[in-house]
Amino acid sequence: MNREFISSSVKWGVNPKGYFGDFGGAYIPEMLYPNVEQLRQQYLNIIYEPDFQEEFHNLLKDYVGRPSPLFHAERLSARYGTTIYLKREDLNHTGAHKINNTVGQILLAERLGKKRIIAETGAGQHGVATATVCALKGLECIIYMGEIDIERQAPNVARMKMMGAKVVPAVSGSKTLKDATNEAMRDWINNPIDTHYIIGSVVGPHPYPDMVARFQSIISEETKKQLFEKTGSENPDIVMACVGGGSNAMGMFYHFLDDQDVRLIAVEAAGLGVNSGESAATTLLGREGVLHGSRSILMQSDDGQVIEPYSISAGLDYPGIGPQHAHLFKQDRAEYVSITDDEAMQAGRLCSELEGIIPAIETAHALAQLEKMIFTGKESVVICLSGRGDKDLDTYMNYFNL
Amino acid sequence: MNRLNELFQHKKEPLLSIYFTAGYPDLNSTLDIAEAIEKAGADFMEIGFPYSDPLADGPVIQNSSQKALQNGMNLTILFKQLKELRKRVSIPVLLMGYVNPVLQYGVKNFCDSCAAVGVDGVIVPDLPMVEYEEFYKDYFIDNAISNIFLVTPQTSEERIRKIDNLSNGFIYLLSSSSTTGKNLTVSNEADAYFSRIREMNLKNPTMIGFGISDQKSFNKAAEYTRGAIVGSAFVKFLDTENALQRIPEFINSIRP
Repeated sequence: MNREFISSSVKWGVNPKGYFGDFGGAYIPEMLYPNVEQLRQQYLNIIYEPDFQEEFHNLLKDYVGRPSPLFHAERLSARYGTTIYLKREDLNHTGAHKINNTVGQILLAERLGKKRIIAETGAGQHGVATATVCALKGLECIIYMGEIDIERQAPNVARMKMMGAKVVPAVSGSKTLKDATNEAMRDWINNPIDTHYIIGSVVGPHPYPDMVARFQSIISEETKKQLFEKTGSENPDIVMACVGGGSNAMGMFYHFLDDQDVRLIAVEAAGLGVNSGESAATTLLGREGVLHGSRSILMQSDDGQVIEPYSISAGLDYPGIGPQHAHLFKQDRAEYVSITDDEAMQAGRLCSELEGIIPAIETAHALAQLEKMIFTGKESVVICLSGRGDKDLDTYMNYFNL
Repeated sequence: MNRLNELFQHKKEPLLSIYFTAGYPDLNSTLDIAEAIEKAGADFMEIGFPYSDPLADGPVIQNSSQKALQNGMNLTILFKQLKELRKRVSIPVLLMGYVNPVLQYGVKNFCDSCAAVGVDGVIVPDLPMVEYEEFYKDYFIDNAISNIFLVTPQTSEERIRKIDNLSNGFIYLLSSSSTTGKNLTVSNEADAYFSRIREMNLKNPTMIGFGISDQKSFNKAAEYTRGAIVGSAFVKFLDTENALQRIPEFINSIRP
């Protein structure tokens, strides 16, 4: 048995019934059951086969460009008076952490004999990462994207089309990420035999949250080695990441979960403010319930209707969080905080000016949390720089009148 | 034994059930439609309670759900409306919807409310069988509420047996794996699937739903099972002029 398998945390990982504490499960209609059940039975066997691991790690190295660097951000460190490292997921092929998961899932889909790939996307990062691996493997690719997101993320739509994917607008509901997810699930219901659904975050019915977390766990696996090389210690004092559904955060936290001394901080999007009615701060505003096939925490009305979230960042504009995050939140293993649009935009600009790294607006939420923290000067902090800001340049330009 | 069990026991002709969404087209149209469905001769009905993210539904029922929510429908209001149900409707009535509103209302509360207003059965497609069995079954049984499970062409025989053991009412066969509102395609595959289920000699009766929209598809379904359920076609019909008065016309077009 290899390292990843063993290090799935007994306390914080998924149990045999598909739950993380009170959260998870597979709340799906019968039409999805055969596919999800097939995945549940086979995912661990497939992804820990030696030939899968070899191909996965070769692709991560030669195609994605891993390991991604762990960069000591000296000017940010000086500004906040402590030692800050950035885990550079923005340097991956396609510009974000999303591709770690899509490489894993495309290899899985191949081994399941699937010919047709579907995915949902919000900002378009996961859609691009999916279209990329489909091109690599020559598989048909259909991406569901909210009609509104298609308009505000035109460059990513063009990238997907360039790689041969079909981009289908989700025109139901709020026409954003949650509705794109509904449409992808409807597609899977209507195509039960030849299709694999590559969910882009640690959400959805079991085994998706656990499976996606395992593929993303490469982030913290590398971080431990890199930090050891730099400092002689595997563990920093603090690990931070932004959370929409929560895949980069779960990958960043994964190998630190059992290290109780490491503080884990997850940063949600407060939008215009947590009490403004225009927010995506799920743990603050949400309650327990079921969304997209798992029991978790979600923003909902008293009678259980899902509330439309808001964030300037399309990638954090989601009304729920993954079930493993709900577990970490409820058990106080990780701290969940929130950052407004304005705070995030300022932090994005600051990082650009001090380090020459333009972060995605999603990532900028994690960076903004630094402003709110008080350091003694002795802490080491690792922040997951989950994506680059190229896709957000229009938003930055408009916001700062550049 | 509830009204649903009695119906399946006593009536021998093919059964027709009609689905509609509570609170659509108007907040207070629920009982008027229910009453008209009975008068027009349907055997039982499913009243949908709306949800913001109906991922098993096609555009027609997505739209009726969204409109019903805009009209202000929710489970509390629905149960208030249904207090008059048994003064106006005598055929079996099922409620159908998604699990999150039920969880927020409380599963026990929900079953108690169903029993109090005279609802006979419930269809919650995204309530997993294992959760039902482990946590909620007794609330249903104590209130004589039939919990209806779905079966698709891809459902394994072993799982169908398990569903049969947990069911007390009927088993809802999907004509194919699809969202609601597609047309039933009478293929050799569908024939083989329906025949396979028939030959399993399940202890529960079966009904076919999803894609039943006219007399032809209804008759096809009735060849293999006890009858069929019409949903999207009826909800679409409700959008036409004077629909409430013309419900007998609709029912006649399915089962003359």
